[in-house]
Amino acid sequence: MNGFISHLTSTLSEGTGFWVLTFIKILLLLFIVLTVNAYLTWFERKVVAHMQSRIGPHRVGPHGLLQPAADGLKFLFKEDVMPAGVDKFVYLLAPFLALTLSLASLAVIPFGPQPLPFPFFGHQINLWITNPDIGLLILFAITALGVYGVALAGWASNSKYPLLGGLRSSAQMVSYELALTMSVVGVVLMANSFSLTDIINQQDSSKYGFLGWNIIGIHSFTQVVGFLCFFISAIAETNRVPFDLPEAESELVAGFHTEYSSFKFAMFFIAEYTSMITVSALCTILFFGGWHSPFPAAPFWHFTHYLPSVTLLPFGLWVIYDGIKYETIWGRLVLPLIGAVITAIGAALLIFPAANEFIQAPFWLLGKVFFFLFFYVWARGTLPRFRYDQLMNIGWKLLLPVSIVNVIITAGVVLLRTKP
Amino acid sequence: MSAPLIIFFVLAALAVIGAVSLILQKHPIHSALSLIVVMVALAGLYLLMGAEFVAAVQIIVYGGAIMVLFVLVIMLLNAGEEERTDFSKLAKFGGLPLALALTGLLAAAMVRHGSSIPNLETPGALAPTGQLSTLLFTTFVYPFELTSFLILVAIMGALVLAQREKS
Repeated sequence: MNGFISHLTSTLSEGTGFWVLTFIKILLLLFIVLTVNAYLTWFERKVVAHMQSRIGPHRVGPHGLLQPAADGLKFLFKEDVMPAGVDKFVYLLAPFLALTLSLASLAVIPFGPQPLPFPFFGHQINLWITNPDIGLLILFAITALGVYGVALAGWASNSKYPLLGGLRSSAQMVSYELALTMSVVGVVLMANSFSLTDIINQQDSSKYGFLGWNIIGIHSFTQVVGFLCFFISAIAETNRVPFDLPEAESELVAGFHTEYSSFKFAMFFIAEYTSMITVSALCTILFFGGWHSPFPAAPFWHFTHYLPSVTLLPFGLWVIYDGIKYETIWGRLVLPLIGAVITAIGAALLIFPAANEFIQAPFWLLGKVFFFLFFYVWARGTLPRFRYDQLMNIGWKLLLPVSIVNVIITAGVVLLRTKP
Repeated sequence: MSAPLIIFFVLAALAVIGAVSLILQKHPIHSALSLIVVMVALAGLYLLMGAEFVAAVQIIVYGGAIMVLFVLVIMLLNAGEEERTDFSKLAKFGGLPLALALTGLLAAAMVRHGSSIPNLETPGALAPTGQLSTLLFTTFVYPFELTSFLILVAIMGALVLAQREKS
């Protein structure tokens, strides 16, 4: 019996408790991620609006907070148009493929090192759905298949703009996949593992703080070049600005999803936003130390453990203050309530040190993920779209050679350092 | 029946159904999609044998890169539904007997040596990633480098063909 088979057999022979637990975790993660997705659209619209001196969504609910719900309802109740002459099976398959693959990639992302302090019918509750030895490879496999959602949507729509969008995106995603994969080889070399938890543990920050992260890499070698290549290719893989040529609205109407309406259109969007979350989590895990705090573990730095409370408490109080003077009655009721909940969580973390210690790892991981999500939005509000030949030149002539050189140099450094 | 065996049969059935559908589908895109199903099912079979790395690479290279190129070419050429023909003479007198002979040979080999073929119950039938790469870069380094060279030659050939018009 080798490793995987014994693992498989032991997993399959686990009691029902294990299966129920995993099922609950999957449902919970789906619920959280879909909610975050919805509010990511709100966040994006708000931030881009403020960058352009506008207010953004402001009518539905206080500060437009119910806008995502309104959008979701609108998608559900719109007429579901299927154009004439489409290849029905492929046309329906494409959005499902896009959504399923992007959601599946979340299964291998670890959100924290310690299991929850209370067991579930004798099973410990880890903060991941599964933690395979080849987590990173699974993510790349899913990315590799992700092209089909866009390409098939473009082809099946039986229309010229989607076809052009589909062709563009297939070429773009295939080109950038190479640089994407090559840019993380350095990280894999240093961690000597494809497992995401191993990669995080290798970037131990207990001694040098954030200097231990792969981006600085005091333990082995800096991966700042790898990170730049990875992040640029990842933005291209997720078809976001400035690489959103597959849906360039000034040239292709809406690109590959022109002929999709109603909820099938929404599925493409949920897939895109979920990929953004996955990419942000990957950036954090591979290059920014995952759940490690940027501060060393020495007693002097212990005060940084109160940072979750220090962020939550003023934010909650500000939401209460802002809510009280909000113009609508609805807002004066709801906003202070939300603020009170946030303040209460911040205060609870101060009162219960055990909970505060537990929240450290997820706090830093999610904080960094949030930063990268903001960066996505920031880029969208700032950068113009690339021309197609520029896109191909960047992918093949800049990112790929640079990431290969990065692999060679990192391999040399790792070899020198491991020599006895 | 043990759990891995059930999973094996599900994946094997998927692979066979995908392969049959690949031939029977009329439209090239549907055939390509069937081939992707075969590739992914094969990756599952590798995973079942404990070859995690090979399984992932199977999906990344075959399921992803190569099949995307297939789909891309079909989309670019805008290939329509293919026409059905009856068996040509070559297929009738050359192809069918050869296919039967191959099936017979494989079946005979299975029956005679089936028990000695490494299977998923054999310890270390397929090595984990580290051992695999050690093998690849020590014992099999010449075949490995030769294959890489062959692919490089193919890439250069494609470049030469694509550039010929200009000169």
